[in-house]
Amino acid sequence: MLPIGHYLFLSAALFIIGVIGVITRRNVIVILMSIELILNAVNINLVAFSRLYGDVAGQVFALFIIADAAAEAAVGLGIIIAFFRNRETVLADEMDLLKW
Amino acid sequence: MIQATMDFLKLYWAPLLCGLVIVAVLPLIVGYIVLVERKLMADMQARLGPMRVGPHGLLQPIADAVKLLIKEDIIPDNADKLVFWLAPVLSVGAALLSIAGLAIGPAFQIARDINIGILFVVGVSAMGIFGIVLGGWASNSHYSLMGSLRSSAQLVSYETAAGMALVSGLLLTGTLNIKAIVEAQYTEGIWFGMLAPVAFFIYLVASIAETNRAPFDLPEAESELVAGYMTEFSGFRWSLYFLAEYTNMIVVSSVATTLFLGGWLRPFARVAFFNFLDYVPSLLMIGVAGYCLLRTPKQPSRVQQLFMLAVAVLCFAVALVLLAPAVLPIAKPFYAGIHGGFWFIFKVSAYIYFFMWLRFTIPRYRFDQLMRLGWQFLIPLSIVNVLVVGVALIVSSYFNLHGWAMLLVTTPAAILALVVALMILAAGQEGQAGKESAAAPDFYGG
Amino acid sequence: MVDKVLFYIFAGLAIASAALMVTRRNAVHSAIFLVTALLATAGIFLQLRAEFLFIVQIILYVGGIMVLFVFVIMLVNLDVALQQIQFARQKWVALIVALALSAQLGLMLWSSEKIPGQGIPVLAAPAASDLPPNSEAVAQSLFGTYLLAFEIASVLLLVAMIGAVVMAKKEK
Repeated sequence: MLPIGHYLFLSAALFIIGVIGVITRRNVIVILMSIELILNAVNINLVAFSRLYGDVAGQVFALFIIADAAAEAAVGLGIIIAFFRNRETVLADEMDLLKW
Repeated sequence: MIQATMDFLKLYWAPLLCGLVIVAVLPLIVGYIVLVERKLMADMQARLGPMRVGPHGLLQPIADAVKLLIKEDIIPDNADKLVFWLAPVLSVGAALLSIAGLAIGPAFQIARDINIGILFVVGVSAMGIFGIVLGGWASNSHYSLMGSLRSSAQLVSYETAAGMALVSGLLLTGTLNIKAIVEAQYTEGIWFGMLAPVAFFIYLVASIAETNRAPFDLPEAESELVAGYMTEFSGFRWSLYFLAEYTNMIVVSSVATTLFLGGWLRPFARVAFFNFLDYVPSLLMIGVAGYCLLRTPKQPSRVQQLFMLAVAVLCFAVALVLLAPAVLPIAKPFYAGIHGGFWFIFKVSAYIYFFMWLRFTIPRYRFDQLMRLGWQFLIPLSIVNVLVVGVALIVSSYFNLHGWAMLLVTTPAAILALVVALMILAAGQEGQAGKESAAAPDFYGG
Repeated sequence: MVDKVLFYIFAGLAIASAALMVTRRNAVHSAIFLVTALLATAGIFLQLRAEFLFIVQIILYVGGIMVLFVFVIMLVNLDVALQQIQFARQKWVALIVALALSAQLGLMLWSSEKIPGQGIPVLAAPAASDLPPNSEAVAQSLFGTYLLAFEIASVLLLVAMIGAVVMAKKEK
């Protein structure tokens, strides 16, 4: 295993790229995909520490995060499909029904 | 740097060699499986099949390969070039990578002794779904897109059932390691296909659906959406998809053989009474050689006679190789490897023969019937089966039953699982009795 | 040595794919690059000897979630979306915020290695051959210590499944 700093740097870099994706893009599906990237960055962090301490709990937590990400992606995409049926758009800027 | 490379090679030369052999030989094997299918189809339809190219059509795959390679590469007008190139590559890559986890015999394995053995094979072949979805999208055609969406929906649905069927088979082993699974069947003395027949049945049906074979081949049947997602791919790209499909067939058969049919074990591997079965492989090959020798004088031309003679000599040589470990004492250590390889290939071939037999016999399922079968019958059946096999295992370990005695507990368990699943299916049918008469709903695929 | 090479290959692939993913105009291209990033992450898991998580990542994330994403992208495929503006109006403010975040993270990582006693203790990881078989260890932990969390996660998945079906159903 390499020094833990390598994995933390990789995880931080992926996290930041994911955050940039979430706050910069207009297409809601790409925003959801960037959220998945953020979750993956967290997973790398957890598994790296699990390897460092020899404790498998980090991997179990990462497993739960993957299950959770699946649930969230399913529900999020369901919402997007429902919205698309009504408004014909997937751009975040145009989803402004609640704006005054 | 050089030293590190040399160390790496010293450790991994055997798996690398196995990998190279497989990648080089697999397209040829797939070609001959296609020839076997055409000959079998012809036999079941009372005709002869390919007979022109080579004696009895034995060189047909080579002619097909040459034709596909020199065909013009047509790309649709507005197709996305990157994705159009990528889609067949993904399918083939996933299929070939999953072969890396398989063990043909105890010595021939590329990824040796991996902890997650069988899950690796199943998981990586699941990546091939992407090749289908992207292929349909990249073709820039409505019908290809619909075909690919239908095909991938079918694959995802039956993957769940196949996975749960594997889980109930794996409950009997306690480990995912492929060598350990076959060792467990050796220790118990009984194949897990007999201890978990429902799981074997579910995996059989689900694997037919997983590989898009008849009767589940609606997405790629010729009378339906032309060839579904493969329509716009011509020449070499199409042959890559084709290679991926038949490689998936081999992978799925190998997984079923490893887990349910005893892998590379001889039938009744531990019973000394059946030791005469050790001579069956070589006798079989001698039989084939004898048949080729008999047919040699009946060939029309000299070249074909020589070819048949060469095939006969080849079969005879293989028979001698198979005979060696059982007869010569110096070859005894290689017994497990050579005979194991033979039995494994024999079982995989039997499974593939069953696939082909089904293709020529049973009519096609309509898409909504297919989805209903997967979701409303196979998935509840597989979940109930996991529960029931678990209970059967606890009961049999309480009474300390091993090997064939476990059948006393697992057979009633299997019948119970089937009854419960059929009850669930019947309960679902009652609610739908009125709607069945309507036309086939088409909300899958847009 | 092999470890190092593998890590740099997978890490480079992950970061490059992620960067490409957030900048593509075409959503399907973004999805493909996310798949590559996820596969690279799976490679990192394998390099960290987390074999079960590696295959779970491939089966669930790549073979499940990404297929779902690509399905939805194809169902809402708008050709007109390709000609529209790709980045939101707040992109410059967003980039400044992201720069601030990365400065924070960078400072934290740098200081944890340079200032002794602060941040991550310098430990030696157990040797790879000392690790217990991964699937068995994860199974022991999952069905032993964290059984309640496992059950709750299964209920969560059931709820999500019902929710997604209800949400995407067509109004009759």
